Amino acid sequence: MTAEPAPAPPEPAAGPVPAPAPPEPAAGPVPAPAPPEPAAGPGPAPVADAVPTVELRHISREFGSEPRVRALRDVDLTIDRGSSVAIVGASGSGKSTLLNVLGCLDRPTSGTYLLDGIDVSHLDEPRRAVLRAEVIGFVFQTFNLLAHRSVLDNVMLAEVYRGATRQGRAERALAALARVGMQDRARFLPTRLSGGEQQRVAIARALMADHSLLLCDEPTGNLDSANTASVLALFDELSALGLTLVMVTHEDQVAAHAQRRVRMVDGVLTEET
Amino acid sequence: MSPRPKTGRRRGRAVAPGPRMSPRDLLSEAFAGLLARPARVLLTVLGTVIGVGALVATLGLSKTASNQIVGHFDALEATDIVVSPSVRAGGARSAVLPWDAEERLRRLNGVVAAGTLADVDVRGALVRSVPINDPLAAGATQLPMKAASPGVFQAVHAELAAGRFFDAGHSRRADRVVVLGVNAARRVGISRVDQEPAIFIGDRLYVVIGILAGVRRQPTLLGAVIMPEGTARREFGLAAPALAQVETRIGAVDLIARQAPLALSPSNPKLLKVAAPPDPRELRGEVKNDLNALFLLLGGVSLLVGAIGIANVTLVSVLERVGEIGLRRALGAGRQHIAGQFLFESTAMGLAGGVIGASAGTLVIVAVSAANTWTPVLDPWVPLGAPLLGALIGLLSGTYPALRAAALEPVEALRAGT
Repeated sequence: MTAEPAPAPPEPAAGPVPAPAPPEPAAGPVPAPAPPEPAAGPGPAPVADAVPTVELRHISREFGSEPRVRALRDVDLTIDRGSSVAIVGASGSGKSTLLNVLGCLDRPTSGTYLLDGIDVSHLDEPRRAVLRAEVIGFVFQTFNLLAHRSVLDNVMLAEVYRGATRQGRAERALAALARVGMQDRARFLPTRLSGGEQQRVAIARALMADHSLLLCDEPTGNLDSANTASVLALFDELSALGLTLVMVTHEDQVAAHAQRRVRMVDGVLTEET
Repeated sequence: MSPRPKTGRRRGRAVAPGPRMSPRDLLSEAFAGLLARPARVLLTVLGTVIGVGALVATLGLSKTASNQIVGHFDALEATDIVVSPSVRAGGARSAVLPWDAEERLRRLNGVVAAGTLADVDVRGALVRSVPINDPLAAGATQLPMKAASPGVFQAVHAELAAGRFFDAGHSRRADRVVVLGVNAARRVGISRVDQEPAIFIGDRLYVVIGILAGVRRQPTLLGAVIMPEGTARREFGLAAPALAQVETRIGAVDLIARQAPLALSPSNPKLLKVAAPPDPRELRGEVKNDLNALFLLLGGVSLLVGAIGIANVTLVSVLERVGEIGLRRALGAGRQHIAGQFLFESTAMGLAGGVIGASAGTLVIVAVSAANTWTPVLDPWVPLGAPLLGALIGLLSGTYPALRAAALEPVEALRAGT
């Protein structure tokens, strides 16, 4: 009740200082990751950042009992921060399984998976859900937008399961939409958008949460050539800004946009040059 | 609320133990899920509306109706007490009631009027009117004969067609006078008393001093020949009164019913039995039970159907939204968030059904009351509790679908839902 003249050392600190800054300019992963130097030769390029975003060691994934299906066989893969990788292969070769393991949606039968340096292969389901919310963004072939919700709501959904404050959420979502050039469609329902626009919204949703890793499962599989080109151009932009990008595709044109290509054949991963 | 660094950059080795979701987000996601399918939600809610509405209307209407019963309660019946010898004393013929029962009862506070009555055994004597009065009169007839104390006439609300009642003096002197009930008077052909008509009972002559027009209690008096008790004692050897008719003040009936046997038979009150009207509250309960059983059953069945409807629709909704569930899991939703959202949706449907049902039920009560010019009466906990009941039903019926939704594996859900 009495006059306390100068309280609050924590008060101003809550405000501007420690840079929770808006994701506007380069919400990219980390201060100085790999610049988009084309990785020449097999294997990952040597990169300044010590911890790669993804490190798979001897990952295997088997399904069912007798006869067991071996979807992944002893896969080793390291993806550096800020690089882009295309996983190509015929259907049934195990690329979707690999993407599910990378996305912490599925658990490898054996092997070690380090995500941002954290061993996630043995984490329990709630902790893997936390990683999906905070580290991994998904882009699906079928966009997976909620048909009854506006574009803005769909993008804001990315923050719902992060326990994030609602304050400023709409602004952050609009900023994410602006990054994919969709800010003027914020109030639309997804059903009124073209396939390419829907995929852009889905990408904005993945960008909204400011993830380390963006996983794309056949991102252009449902798009015509014009829309494919626009989405790929967007990927190029994001990649140039330093986002770590992994996409599964069977289209060579799409794969050519990645800095690096790996091929899955019957669950075995081989590097392509 | 809680400011946290929102960069999402995690260099530490620790992962939070589970995903978090603010309650407001849970609410808004659940409501958005409901609003996406308004028509289906309305139809689903209808079952609960009918169930809760039927329950509320039943409870309110029975309460209203029983209140009406109390309002119309017959003041005559509510103040009526008859005291007579109990079976233990040997039945109606036993001499338990004293001759001064009338005085003793009138001394009790709460008694308005009291009198004693007895059947008189005239040993087959026939009654006929005096021939000179009316040569056309029917011949001798047999009529019931009663002995009464003077207070009886007030206690039974007797009205005179002609003449007067007998009084304590007639009884003390054992005068040969009678009062005829209106039907008895017709039988013996007497309609006026201004010429002092008389009747023969057996071979004894009695002067008719009054004719009863009507009574509100003891209707057998209307067909009987009524004489003073003193006369019946002397002429026919009446041993004792057979019953005491008491009128109490309103509300005093319980008290007098307890006191009367003690006043009349202080040494052994159990020799007397008291016929008093049932407690109005018990009566109300009986009426309510009869009325309620059917409608409560109806309401219960409707609620059950409503619950099955909610469970069914929520389950369909889960199956329809497998892809959405997969997406939410991919975005970091924990199983508890998925279960929570569907549980909340079903609970909200139940709650809405409860609110609308309670309102509809209350309207029914008011409408029925207005049509019958009753006063609507409703326990406050009924309209307040009904929405809670609806919410509980929604919660219970949403449990299984919610668990099904939470059990979906994210990979399977994403694959199935595309």
